[in-house]
Amino acid sequence: MASVALIPLLPLASAILLLLSAGKMPRHITAILGAGSVGLSAVCVALLARAFLADGDIVQATLWTWMAVGDFTPRIAFYIDGLTIVMMSVITGVGFLIHLYSIEFMWNDESICRYFAYMNLFVAAMLLLVMADNLLLLYLGWEGVGLCSYLLVGFWYRDPNNGKAARKAFVVTRIGDTAMILGLFLLFTELGTLDIQPLMAAANSQWQIGETLPILATALLLGGAVGKSAQLPLHTWLPDAMAGPTPVSALIHAATMVTAGVYLIARTYELFLLAPPTQLAVAWIGLATLLLAAFAAMAQNDIKRILAYSTISQIGYMFLALGVGAYASGIFHLVTHAFFKALLFLAAGAVIHCLHHEHNIFRMGGLRTRLPVVFWSFLIGSAALAALPFSSGFYSKDAILLSAWELPGIGHWLWAGGLLGALLTGIYSFRLVFVVFFGQAHREPDRQPGWKMSVPLVLLCILALSGGMLVLPLAQVFPAAAPHEASHIIEYISIGTPLLGLLLAYLMFLGHQLPADKLVSTAGGRSLRDFFQAGWRVDQLYDALLVQPFTALSHWWRNEPVDRIYNGVVTLSQWAHHKLTASQTGELRWYATTMVFGLVLLLAIMLRNAT
Amino acid sequence: MSMAVLILLLLAGGVLAWQSERINPNLPRWVALGSVVGSLVFLLLSIPADQPVHLPNPGNPNDWMLYLKIDWIPRFGIAFELAMDGLSLLLVVLTLLLGLIAIASSWSEIDFKPGLFQANLVWTLAGVCGVFLAVDLFLFFLFWEVMLIPMYLLIAIWGHENKTYAAMKFFIFTQASGLLMLVAIVVLAWQGLASTGQLSFSYLDLLGLELDPRLGYWTMLGFFLAFTVKLPAFPFHTWLPDAHTQAPTAGSVLLAGILLKTGAYGLLRFCIPLFPEASMEFAPIAMGLGAAGVIYGAILAFAQSDFKRLVAYSSVSHMGFVLLGLYAWNQLALQGAVMQMVAHGVSTAALFMMAGALQHRLHTRDMRRMGGLWHQAPRMGACAMFFAVASLGLPGLGNFVAEFLVLLGLFAVQPGLAVIAALGLITAAVYSLWMMQQAFQGTPDEQRKMPDFDTREMLAMAAMMLALIWLGLYPQPVLDLAQPVLDGLQQLVPGADTVTALETPANNLAGGGL
Repeated sequence: MASVALIPLLPLASAILLLLSAGKMPRHITAILGAGSVGLSAVCVALLARAFLADGDIVQATLWTWMAVGDFTPRIAFYIDGLTIVMMSVITGVGFLIHLYSIEFMWNDESICRYFAYMNLFVAAMLLLVMADNLLLLYLGWEGVGLCSYLLVGFWYRDPNNGKAARKAFVVTRIGDTAMILGLFLLFTELGTLDIQPLMAAANSQWQIGETLPILATALLLGGAVGKSAQLPLHTWLPDAMAGPTPVSALIHAATMVTAGVYLIARTYELFLLAPPTQLAVAWIGLATLLLAAFAAMAQNDIKRILAYSTISQIGYMFLALGVGAYASGIFHLVTHAFFKALLFLAAGAVIHCLHHEHNIFRMGGLRTRLPVVFWSFLIGSAALAALPFSSGFYSKDAILLSAWELPGIGHWLWAGGLLGALLTGIYSFRLVFVVFFGQAHREPDRQPGWKMSVPLVLLCILALSGGMLVLPLAQVFPAAAPHEASHIIEYISIGTPLLGLLLAYLMFLGHQLPADKLVSTAGGRSLRDFFQAGWRVDQLYDALLVQPFTALSHWWRNEPVDRIYNGVVTLSQWAHHKLTASQTGELRWYATTMVFGLVLLLAIMLRNAT
Repeated sequence: MSMAVLILLLLAGGVLAWQSERINPNLPRWVALGSVVGSLVFLLLSIPADQPVHLPNPGNPNDWMLYLKIDWIPRFGIAFELAMDGLSLLLVVLTLLLGLIAIASSWSEIDFKPGLFQANLVWTLAGVCGVFLAVDLFLFFLFWEVMLIPMYLLIAIWGHENKTYAAMKFFIFTQASGLLMLVAIVVLAWQGLASTGQLSFSYLDLLGLELDPRLGYWTMLGFFLAFTVKLPAFPFHTWLPDAHTQAPTAGSVLLAGILLKTGAYGLLRFCIPLFPEASMEFAPIAMGLGAAGVIYGAILAFAQSDFKRLVAYSSVSHMGFVLLGLYAWNQLALQGAVMQMVAHGVSTAALFMMAGALQHRLHTRDMRRMGGLWHQAPRMGACAMFFAVASLGLPGLGNFVAEFLVLLGLFAVQPGLAVIAALGLITAAVYSLWMMQQAFQGTPDEQRKMPDFDTREMLAMAAMMLALIWLGLYPQPVLDLAQPVLDGLQQLVPGADTVTALETPANNLAGGGL
């Protein structure tokens, strides 16, 4: 089954072709190649998925041995089970729609060729990440998507701020990646392999639940996961990453790459089961992140930053699910989130596109009648994001909350926190809808989205609405979950909370019955809003703790302190040189005197030694 | 005999290139190119097809791929003794290939005495090849000096604004440490005479010599200093940023690409195997210096505003990995160190070529005066991006394989140091991307006119890119070449973690197909 290699190879080949053409390729060929390669890849995935659903056989394929040094023999090889199929479908399916949308969005950009090259390269790397049968190849995809994210965030390189955001994204995630690679070293040193399935088997046979080694190894892997998935404490890069073109945010910073951490934990869940403290940490990190990001999202004015914080928050839910052991629910939320968040970003991109790069929601307004397709897309996307009943987000989020409730011990606390997050989500998502699409118009759109933008929006609307009906082929991957036994009251509360959020948003931002403005105009209210708007000032904290000391140190050392030692040697020999040349006076009597003294000294020494 | 012919070919090529200037000033570069290509072809033709199937013993002349011994000063046991195994072959091929890159990068840059320039360039190559092939310690020392002098001239004559200072510094550092090595060589030969009654400078005879521990330790330090100054390791690296910054492009390419590797080679071939106990006793210190170099070099690289200085400090950082890998002394780490020699040679040569091309076009190396160059020169931007991410260790490229193997091997021996050195992966991203930002991203100066890479430059770049991708995705040929050599050396020096490596020598020789 080496033909599965075609799936990542198609976008990779297209990326190489586009890069080699160095921008000389005609625009429409660029578009056909860029979107078509991903489309073809999606078709291959569909065929593969059909075969998989028919017989349920895990597909394995080895291309070659990457390197062989003693016992260390990682291969370029794929392992495709239900989880992989789900991920591949999302990557290529949603990815294709976003590529199609990009054709129109990026048509007038002079660097459209570079854009599609990077996007294709991203899809290829992401596919490698999820298809890899060993952690080293996974790491290749992992770093590859990081690189593409860097390249695309800084795509418009003329603005130094974009470059800064891109570097921040790369460096912050690399901190996590370094933790992850240390985890790989630990796993290989202790268990002797990096192939995922044998690794899980070896861990289960050699390690006991709660031992130090599995806790350490999973903590290091978790470091990688929080970096890539923008969770506390490494979440700060994602809001800034919105500097890239909006379809990039949709594909990379919402639908696919940022969920890589969720995938990693789900893929190695057997290790996490051996390490209950880490497992618990995953849940707490998820809860803390989802609340922090939800509060931050409420205070943003930039349409993309609201969506960015909502992404961080939703991935927090996925982490919460992983932490309470509801792996299938976490992946389910990953899938529905990919639909509705891609939809929201693409709709936001359409708004920005039609309003001359306007990002501030308070300078929009009244777009409901002016951009109807976009409005309905946004409404459906927001409903799913807020988990209103019968949207796809409702099914997945509900499952997570129920699983949290049923966790013995702290489960109720996690549930309550998740519920608060759901309330906040309802408020901020409909704040966005009401401010942008209702009320008074501040700017007129100067164009309407064409079919290449509308078709992906409509298709994603359908997915965001009906995605809850999907049955993911995960039964063979994860341990079977017990049926939910929570009382109906709990269910009603989960259904009611987002609706309450919707109501509050209506009262605050459309009906104006609740004086949100007055609250903010007080001194305490304003500083609280500024605090949330600045993302709880985590950036300032890191700047003071890490960035400033590093730059100060490097600036202090820039002229090579070590050289002072060698310069000291130079000074010493110069000094000696001057002193010794002083003795060369050219005066004969001085020389004669010294010679006599020297002779006397020598004679004295000889006589002393003789006696 | 073919090894001697190889070195002679290069020496003679240098003389010819020098003299051909009288006929036509364009001729020397063609002569230089011809002699390097000729030597490369000659070398590849003369490799015997059959390799030893048993674990090779470096003390046995028959276990080398090629071996040559001609009496030179028999009274002192000095011989013209050359030998080649997989490791030397790898490094000689790297030397000649980067020699081609160096000639290509100086193609249109040098107007002043082009003949003498090319001659010095080719003589440097001859010296380096001699270093990689000599197994008589006296002869080794001779080649060690031979490669130094033409490089000194390259910097001192064709360098930039502060060339005299840089050339002197380079010369004094290398020369002073080289003298320590000469003393150590004589002491070692003397010890050999005392214990066997035979005066010999041959590596093959001196291997496995029983030494007084104290004397052995000090003698080892003489070798260690000479090699780590060359490598360069923290804190002996300060000559490198100056030499690199001031050297002409071809000089930087040779310096970073291959001259630094002679230090690593010396440690691996001579310093550790000749003094096994002393070296293993010293290993924690050496690894500490390596880790310090990784971090220190990266921090200083970030602080630089001179493009070449930044790349020079990144070399200090990357060579720290080599030192770590060598003294971790297990199969994985050693393979990583060898891989790093090759991959870093290629990636840094490319970055120095980039620096030279920028200086040639903009007449400055100061990145504060660049910015937005991607707009004027997208090809250069794309190439710079490729080698920047190679240098920050992106998986799929050769440097990642090298650093991963070093850290993986090191983790089994010294996990704490592995954690510190892994921090270098983060700092490498910081300075590499900062370099890209300052030079190629940002707002372009619309007034600036700058030609992009031409076909010759793109060819050189493409060759190096392909090499790094190949090393990154299928490094096995390089690993297989080095494996028997490393196994043989590890048999001589039982390190902390060699037990697993020795259990499966047959598998390792068959390509490690476990």
